[in-house]
Amino acid sequence: MQSALNFHRDARAVVGNPVLRAGFRGAMDFLMAKRAAQFPDEGAFAELRAAGEAIRRYSLARLPDLLEQLERNLTANGIRVHWAETPEEACALIIEITAKAGGKLVVKGKSMVSEEVELNHALAGAGIDALESDMGEYIVQLAGERPSHIIMPAIHKTKEEIARLFAEKVPGVDYTDSVDALIQIGRRVLRDKFRETKVGLSGVNVAVAETGTLCLVENEGNGRMCTTVPEVHVAITGIEKVVEKLAHVPPLMTLLTRSATGQAVTTYFNWISGPRRPGELDGPREVHLVLVDNGRSGAYADPRFRATLQCIRCGACMNHCPVYTRIGGHAYGTTYPGPIGKIISPHLLGLEATAPLVTASSLCGACGEVCPVKIPIPDLLIRLRQQSQGNAASPLIPGAGAGRKRLMATAMGLWSRLYGDPGLYRLFAWVATRFRFLAPSRQGAWTDSRAPLKPAARTLGERMADRR
Amino acid sequence: MTARDRILRRLRSAGVEALPPPVLPAAFRVGGALPGEAPVDALRRNLEGAQAVVVDARAGDWRAELARICAARGVRSLLLPPGFALAPWPEGPALRRFDRPIEEFKTSLFEDTDAGLTVAGCAIADTGTLVHADPAGQPRTLSLVPPIHFCLLDPRRLHGSLADAIAAEGWAAPMPSNLVFVSGPSKTADIQQTLAYGAHGPKELYVLLAEAPAGPGE
Ligand code: SF4
Repeated sequence: MQSALNFHRDARAVVGNPVLRAGFRGAMDFLMAKRAAQFPDEGAFAELRAAGEAIRRYSLARLPDLLEQLERNLTANGIRVHWAETPEEACALIIEITAKAGGKLVVKGKSMVSEEVELNHALAGAGIDALESDMGEYIVQLAGERPSHIIMPAIHKTKEEIARLFAEKVPGVDYTDSVDALIQIGRRVLRDKFRETKVGLSGVNVAVAETGTLCLVENEGNGRMCTTVPEVHVAITGIEKVVEKLAHVPPLMTLLTRSATGQAVTTYFNWISGPRRPGELDGPREVHLVLVDNGRSGAYADPRFRATLQCIRCGACMNHCPVYTRIGGHAYGTTYPGPIGKIISPHLLGLEATAPLVTASSLCGACGEVCPVKIPIPDLLIRLRQQSQGNAASPLIPGAGAGRKRLMATAMGLWSRLYGDPGLYRLFAWVATRFRFLAPSRQGAWTDSRAPLKPAARTLGERMADRR
Repeated sequence: MTARDRILRRLRSAGVEALPPPVLPAAFRVGGALPGEAPVDALRRNLEGAQAVVVDARAGDWRAELARICAARGVRSLLLPPGFALAPWPEGPALRRFDRPIEEFKTSLFEDTDAGLTVAGCAIADTGTLVHADPAGQPRTLSLVPPIHFCLLDPRRLHGSLADAIAAEGWAAPMPSNLVFVSGPSKTADIQQTLAYGAHGPKELYVLLAEAPAGPGE
């Protein structure tokens, strides 16, 4: 399992790497500008966003009913529905489906949930190859890495690095740093795989309960390949991704594509409501949906953290986060990096594994402002900080107090005694002002880039008294 | 108890109160698309913005336009929907029909089909989207596998917005097994945010506007 415990070390490594820094900065500026161009009118954005939030909240309020309705209608449409409480269960289900189909290879469209459950690893353990087919994911897999962004997985790589990678790893390919040529190389390799594989896997952007439909948006066409060409299509998603009506899909998908990549619409919008029917000449013979819980029902039971399930995984909070923009996605060590990762990873992995993450925020509020479904990310971060200090333990998030440090706890304890007792406070202030010359000129990390702190010559109370 | 039951039981035990149904902004209600631009102009503008080529053949012969583009692009083989008659077809690429299950000709579909032709069931103006809602008549891979995609569209089948299309087309009862929206050629910006076309699907998309393009023949 991943862990965020090396967060500080890994973040520092990125901050010291000018190539990576420039890459992230450039990519984030690009995504921010594209998104901004899609929401020129504040009022219209506010209205659309309110609708997005209302749709997600309405759906979540009815989540168990909608899941049952979804299951009923998917089943009626010929799609088989499976439920998994844990990553292990999800992987076991997919291995079983693949084995039954006689598959030795699973070609994958983009799916963050499959990353979350570490599907590729589990498949390898069962002797099944997993091949990523989204260009960014393909590059990342070829390099033996993990995605650094949920929408643009290979954002941390320059085209020269990709050119070297292809020349080294793809048989019969010479070095070229033309982006067009590189994409055509990927296309060629993957086309053969789409054609050969028995099993294709995809994520789901939103599932519609009233019709039993799985919606997928994408630009490349690999998602359509994975869900159309192989005999068996397996979709995997979290239990939160369901809405009630078809009419709820357009506002959500507009918010998604505009917030994610600054597009009014993606190239493809693929609505899957069943396997190949009689009289049809292509399409999968079998379609499966694996619904994954993995901590989501725990977040659901918590009235504050339920909001994290509103997320439509657009990545806008990352693109606008001053921390993510500087350190990229890998340092977080979790499947979902950036602000959204900080608030959902504790449910997935527990606070022990993620305690440093909740502190990695300036609480500037940018993530909360851009979130298309209005998740109050900064508020939730504060809440998680309290929990990780053991101050607001919740039975729903394991590992309360995991971020507590003896020195800090002692300092904070003294501080609160001082502030809770007027006499003691006045005494302290008097001593501090009279002995200000004792303030050290080196004050740890603070003076690395700032002037040392020195108490004023007189206390605020004394100066106020003079005024009267 | 199964995983399903345990998950549902946990969700139910949270005792979340129901909320009133969401109110959708005007643009997402039926007939709410912004007036102003003629729908066909909006469709064209949006498709062209996504690098598609739109050819208005309403006044002339779309077959001639098709043959002209095929010649210009060096198309040697063109795959047609099942039962589609492309006559008269004076000269041009070899015509084949998608008239067998994909398993029977996967190799030739992937390896030596230069272009595919589909007939869009309808289209959406405000996003520049071509809709394929009939997987039996318009096989899914026809608009996906060949490197060039030609799409015939009768502009009278144009809806203002997706909300209008959902309401008017009656897809919900019941949904087609696969509803495919195409809003341009396949693309990716996964390498250094540099846009490249033809990632996995067609590299080129030509939209031919024609009233009542010959339906399935024979
Ligand atoms: S939290 Fe909001 S901004 Fe971040 S990925 Fe989810 S929906 Fe997008």
